[in-house]
Amino acid sequence: MHGDFSLWVYLAGTPLLWLTVTLTSYVLADRIAAATGRHPIANPVLITVILVGTVLAVTGTPYPTYFEGAQFVHFLLGPATVVLAMPLYERRATVLRALVPMLAALLAGAATTLAVVIALARLLDIPQPILISLAPKSVTSGVAMGIAEALGGDPTLTAILVILTGIIGAILVTPLMNLLRIRDMRARGFAAGLAAHGIGTARAFQVSETAGTFAGIAMGLNAFLTAILAPLALHLLF
Amino acid sequence: MIASLALILLAQLLGEILARGAGVPVPGPVIGMGLMFGFLLLRDSRLGLPRILPKPLTDGTLETTARGLLMNLSLMFVPAGVGVVGRLDLLRAQGLKLAIVLVVSTALSLLVTVLVFRAVASRVERRRPDGEA
Repeated sequence: MHGDFSLWVYLAGTPLLWLTVTLTSYVLADRIAAATGRHPIANPVLITVILVGTVLAVTGTPYPTYFEGAQFVHFLLGPATVVLAMPLYERRATVLRALVPMLAALLAGAATTLAVVIALARLLDIPQPILISLAPKSVTSGVAMGIAEALGGDPTLTAILVILTGIIGAILVTPLMNLLRIRDMRARGFAAGLAAHGIGTARAFQVSETAGTFAGIAMGLNAFLTAILAPLALHLLF
Repeated sequence: MIASLALILLAQLLGEILARGAGVPVPGPVIGMGLMFGFLLLRDSRLGLPRILPKPLTDGTLETTARGLLMNLSLMFVPAGVGVVGRLDLLRAQGLKLAIVLVVSTALSLLVTVLVFRAVASRVERRRPDGEA
């Protein structure tokens, strides 16, 4: 028994264990998602998070210990963003032709998100610091945290709201678009990336590479625009 | 593979340096994406760059590496997502209200974005029949 315990103490402290848990859970989650025919509710991020979260809860592992191992996966977010250039480059003619609709949708989408968030938060009496943390929720987490911090919000809360928004957006996008009978993959992808940043983009790539390309563009553009609009909107309204 | 990864990391590093240096509200990796795009344009231009580049950057290995990363984009949100589970207590006080705000605003955001995109696209593309609808 003592031997087993020291083995656990050793393994729990190495990146190997938590990296393995993360990847294995993801493979399992992906199998589950595939078995449902990629049903939007069976979101791979959501399933993997639940699986890993359960393992951490059962073993009483603190998050920082887990992150020691999982940081290698987390790090890949950067390189994955860089290689969004690849589908963008391959479809540059299609993207260039859609420049006007993209810019119009970007402005309308970013402004709507901010206006709805602020209006709803005030209607529901959500306190000011939480409202500020909510404002950049559709933007990719690194930028969103920066925006919230600059405006006097809580960056940790923002990170949580950003991830939840991503999962909600990735789950909503397909049924909503089907309901609206929108078959234009450029428009569907662009909306997913604007409303639900990288998690929406990941969902869009599952559906079609064109959708994924446009989602990636929307994610980048919205990070830029919301960083400018959020302080303006909060300033105007208070 | 390694040459591709090195190039990707180099683009990200330069992006990070430019983002911090200029203090622009764009994440380093997004600038890195722009730099990678520029690289691809240059590579395929008539400057004859392919002859001096390592072979993996021109024979499709770079594209395969990129596709591999993008196909598993969901995986990369897991470590941050797991962190959310531990901090859900932060949402407790305002949980229901926040859930309403998140669901309603995300749905409206998707709706407005896609409808504006389609409305403008169909106007622009009616004038230019070459646009794909």
